[in-house]
Amino acid sequence: MVERITGAELLMRSLEAEGVDTVFGYPGGSIIKVYDKLYDHTDTINHILVRHEQGATHAAQGYARVSGKPGVVIVTSGPGATNVVTGISDAMVDSTPLVVITGQVDSRFLGTDAFQETDLLGITLPITKWACQVRRAKDIPAAVARAFFIAGSGRPGPVVIDITADAQGELVDAVEHEKVTYIRSYEPNPEPEEGEMARAVSLLNMAERPMILAGQGVLISNATKELVEFAEKGDIPVGCTLMGMSALPSRHRLFKGMLGMHGNIGPNINTNRADVIVAVGMRFDNRVTGDLEQYAPKAKIIHIDIDESEFNKNVKADICIHSDARVALRKLATRMDARKHPEWINSFDKMNADERTLVIEPILNRPSECGISMPQVIGMVAEKSGGDAVIVTDVGQNQMWGARQSVYNRPRSLVTSGGLGTMGFGIPAAFGAKVAAPERQVVLFTGDGSFQMTLQELGTIMEQKTAVKIVILNNSYLGNVRQWQELFYGRRYSFTPMTNPDFVTLCAAYNIPAENVETPEALSGAIDRMLEAETPYLLNVNIAPTDNVFPMTPGNAAVDFVMLSPTEIYSPND
Amino acid sequence: MIESQLFTVIVYTENSVSLLNQVSIVFTRRGLNIESISAGPSSIEGVHKYTITCRGERSLLEKVITQIEKRIDVIRAYLFTDNDVVYQEVALYKVSTESLVDEPNLEGILRRHNANILEITRDYTVVEKMGHSDETQALLEALQPFGILQFTRSGRVAVTKGSEERLTNYLIDREALRQERIEDGRADLS
Repeated sequence: MVERITGAELLMRSLEAEGVDTVFGYPGGSIIKVYDKLYDHTDTINHILVRHEQGATHAAQGYARVSGKPGVVIVTSGPGATNVVTGISDAMVDSTPLVVITGQVDSRFLGTDAFQETDLLGITLPITKWACQVRRAKDIPAAVARAFFIAGSGRPGPVVIDITADAQGELVDAVEHEKVTYIRSYEPNPEPEEGEMARAVSLLNMAERPMILAGQGVLISNATKELVEFAEKGDIPVGCTLMGMSALPSRHRLFKGMLGMHGNIGPNINTNRADVIVAVGMRFDNRVTGDLEQYAPKAKIIHIDIDESEFNKNVKADICIHSDARVALRKLATRMDARKHPEWINSFDKMNADERTLVIEPILNRPSECGISMPQVIGMVAEKSGGDAVIVTDVGQNQMWGARQSVYNRPRSLVTSGGLGTMGFGIPAAFGAKVAAPERQVVLFTGDGSFQMTLQELGTIMEQKTAVKIVILNNSYLGNVRQWQELFYGRRYSFTPMTNPDFVTLCAAYNIPAENVETPEALSGAIDRMLEAETPYLLNVNIAPTDNVFPMTPGNAAVDFVMLSPTEIYSPND
Repeated sequence: MIESQLFTVIVYTENSVSLLNQVSIVFTRRGLNIESISAGPSSIEGVHKYTITCRGERSLLEKVITQIEKRIDVIRAYLFTDNDVVYQEVALYKVSTESLVDEPNLEGILRRHNANILEITRDYTVVEKMGHSDETQALLEALQPFGILQFTRSGRVAVTKGSEERLTNYLIDREALRQERIEDGRADLS
């Protein structure tokens, strides 16, 4: 006789068949049947109870970004479901695989404004790669199989499965879970087109000033080795987008820094001097390009992306290679000529050296009474952790300094909210990253503003005893907005100063060791204690309140218009 | 001044819930107004077809097409100008019978506009006309003096010119690729 099981039990078995061992979630009325069955599967599925559903999504994102596996979230209907919207939207724009399972009211109540009913499908369709509602238990395995295939393949993204309460409870015959590997309307592995590849090779063979713009696509497709081989053979310098940081080891001779608004001088100036640009797994975000009318005017652009809709969306490409980054880079490296561009490469180094001399060194070496600066903290963490830590940032000045000044030896070492810029991403994402890589040091750089948006997840960290290291770069301001107000809004600091609680006392309530760092002299010892701790640990570092992030390319300016300070514009010395 | 023109967007999708929503979202995000839409089964079993007309500039509509195709259950989307398609619309006019019967030139109007009468009651008469918007509009104006009780115009339906059936070929290619992959043992396909 066939075994009769509920939809909720079918869901558990499907999750197990998809290899799920970690789930972030929060129970509630419309998902209680799933939680009841989950209780019988805790030997295979480690469910982590967060303190707010938004935290579940960001934790799942941190988990996914470090592990490469889809992050799984289970929440209830109504407010539980609406609370995951920010994380879903963040995952969509940052191409992060998430499978979000939401409870829904009984199917007979759908559309009646029943208690905790919300039209989650309607809300999430525009911000998911795929979303569906399941009203019959028998449809659960197919929905789960489709969800995992879609979330993780091609350009990854979030998917939603909204399951009505009656479908969770309905008894059906047990069936074997069958994975989905083909959907006729969806091609996740397009073959690069031969003609475009050939044109790309001949362009590269003639390039005098070639440059690679590496995005997160390189990390997602595990193409870091191929990127190195391609760059080395062509002797092509590489700039990484914020999301692409760690695609190339920071100390590689061809890594020339971060692109964009707060990127390094070398790659930003040289974007407009390059004659051939190879953009791989990146989408020409406006924070990378600045004014499109003045972007890369001298360059022929070769755009490699797995998402066809990115071609010519923002920047017109001369050659579009619709392919997985790894496949395309490998093929290009095999076919193109070995080249040398010593002078061109040197021009990056000269400008980046100028950046160090003109912007960074003066901050690092300033007198102690000026207070602690963000790059001092981040540089010291990088040095003491040897570049092996997973760096997680929140959003704002902490993010720009944190991403740029950190050192990355290994891929998938920066977890940040790039496209959506979600303040509050940090604590849960750092937690999720540590769950994915318990053997790695995970350090979060956050701000006093961002920290307070999701600080309830300290409860999750406490309960799970997860050794996340948290550094609050505390300037008692919403620092990034303050910086814009200073530079562009006549120093009218409209609602950016913040009166903060005592974060160390707050940590005491959560039994998380913490200390205040008030002076540059105290920094080194505090960072040592934090990194050596086997528990979670928090440093509240008092940052000079009016410090800014430079260099900076203002939003509407050309990418090579680089501000060194509120009053100085960089001019290359050549 | 960038030139805005009327385009016909034809979208083929799987027949599942929420597809219309997913397609229309792409227009909404770009601030494009859908002029007309008609939806229904295509000639291929299980494949739905949306015919959408929209005014805009070509480069923007081209981006819309790729973003529509990005939706998982969308099979293909194509962009056409009026020159690329044969298209048709239908309009229904409900007019007071009393005012019509007194019109000496009713026959002339119907003949000139190639229109048909579908139903006559004591109270009202329903006139039908097929044609492009300007043609159905012209009849509307001709009937206006009699008092239009109701007027409705369908969305555009269209077929492409040319002998190549792009969707059919695409589906054949997809199926061939699937078979090839099965033979390669690259995936256990359902």
